[in-house]
Amino acid sequence: MNKSIRDGFGEALTELGEKNKNVVVLTADLAESTRVDGFARKFPERFFQVGVAEQALVTVAAGMAEEGKIPFTTSYAVFSPGRTFEQIKVAAALNDVPVKIVGAHAGFGASMYGATHESLEDIALMRVIPNMVVVAPCDYEEAKKAVFAIAENGRPSYLRLERPETPSITKPEDKFEIGKANTFRGVKDPQVVIIGIGSILSKALEASEKLSKIGIEVNVINLHTVKPIDELAIINAARISGAVVTVEEHQIMGGVGSAVTEVLSRNHPVPIEFIGVNDSFAESGTPEDMYKKFKMTAPDIVEAVKKVMLRKNS
Amino acid sequence: MGKGMNMTKLLPNELQAISKEVRKDILKMIYGAGSGHPGGSLSSVEILVSLYFEVLGEGDHFFLSNGHICPALYSVMAEKGLIDKNLLGSYTKFGSPLEGHPERTKLKGIENTSGPLGLGLAQAAGYAAGLKVDSKDGFIYCMTSDGEHDEGNHWEAVNFAAKYKLSNLIQIVDKNDIQIEGTVEEIMPLGNLKEKYEASGWNVIEINGHNFSEILDAVEGAKQEHNKLVVIIANTIFGKGISFMEGNPDWHAKAPNEEEFKKAMEELENE
Repeated sequence: MNKSIRDGFGEALTELGEKNKNVVVLTADLAESTRVDGFARKFPERFFQVGVAEQALVTVAAGMAEEGKIPFTTSYAVFSPGRTFEQIKVAAALNDVPVKIVGAHAGFGASMYGATHESLEDIALMRVIPNMVVVAPCDYEEAKKAVFAIAENGRPSYLRLERPETPSITKPEDKFEIGKANTFRGVKDPQVVIIGIGSILSKALEASEKLSKIGIEVNVINLHTVKPIDELAIINAARISGAVVTVEEHQIMGGVGSAVTEVLSRNHPVPIEFIGVNDSFAESGTPEDMYKKFKMTAPDIVEAVKKVMLRKNS
Repeated sequence: MGKGMNMTKLLPNELQAISKEVRKDILKMIYGAGSGHPGGSLSSVEILVSLYFEVLGEGDHFFLSNGHICPALYSVMAEKGLIDKNLLGSYTKFGSPLEGHPERTKLKGIENTSGPLGLGLAQAAGYAAGLKVDSKDGFIYCMTSDGEHDEGNHWEAVNFAAKYKLSNLIQIVDKNDIQIEGTVEEIMPLGNLKEKYEASGWNVIEINGHNFSEILDAVEGAKQEHNKLVVIIANTIFGKGISFMEGNPDWHAKAPNEEEFKKAMEELENE
């Protein structure tokens, strides 16, 4: 059944509010669509509506974090961290206080609104800042676990949320640990390993089934924490397969494509192919339109796997 | 902050003597470093001396928004004995906790990392709101500059503080009428700042920011406003105390040369 990552976030946040009285929530006029309205109703004294004021959203939260609160700030990712990069760098990360930046409708989540509202740079912005933790859950269940994990980590953290209802590809009982990648498909001698984040991993799994039918076995790694990155898992993937494909609903430049390449070029260079947006703005349309335009569908992933295999064997 | 501070009241001439030392420290630090922001540092001296020597008590906190005037803050902290005075000579030097802009994680007693303008009031407001959630006592003092009132982030915080009635937040604007490239009037006029704040739901107290009794009376008045938040607009002189720096935007971010340094120190000695 398809469920939304943002719903997982919102439900977990209300649950968290019950358990931890230090949790406060701030939003920039987007309580309902970022799914913090439940928290707001249940804990009005710990909910702050700052208005369409993303800069205050982050800097006010930084002050609250210093005072001992665990503030979750929500807006669309295009606005925060899109507009709030400096506030996050200085007031949250350099100041070293545990502000949680929650960027909703990331990727093509608001694609109907056009390029201004499509967030394809947020991971790049957040992972370049020292001290930041960057988490991008792949489904509803994982979003819930991510909320509890970043609440407890004592660090400035970015949580990336997607809007559409997407396939459930993890189970409630699956382990989730910040900084520890999970393997979906773990065959012993994969010919390629696909590494990625977010709901596009469901398309990677679809691609892997198709490939399996034609005798190509691939592993799929869920790199839910982009920072701190699980170097060991990435290096091991390259060692056992000799070829990697990265997948993400984000710019390849600065995103997971870059992050994985940085690890492998230093430690175990192998051919890599990239699925994601390649230095381009998106436009209005459905998320599926964008997947087709930027060649990010399951058949495109199949092609990328074949291509990287050819490169490996050449 | 505040814990263990002696709250013995000083006489105005004692506060003046401390301010004179602070001004000397500021000049020495900026001269020694070859960089820094003398104009705003010198305009804020009496405000900071008042806060650290007469106002801040247990449970109170001070947030500096215009972090570039940190030579004044470091010096006042040293005069108060919160940091070692010998540290002042290390300002901006590699490895020193006295960064060119103050960092909370580098120096104990700094409450907020600041530098990029317009962020401090929001941080202070967040802290004040956090205290209110827990029904905790204490006042949050935040010093801002008039120049940074150009920043949207600042006005977002003005609205936030008013909406949540943060009467435990007291803002002091060091209104020295100068910003980086000229006067505030030339670069980006603020209009009637008092009326702007009043229209935003703040109470305004206007004072001479170099007069100790006016500063201390204003703070006391602000603390008595239990249901309204207060901004103290402190009219000051940019570069106060050094004739050739006063009111001259060239001294926003410039270190004096040897001759200028000597002349400035002489002026302070002979004032």
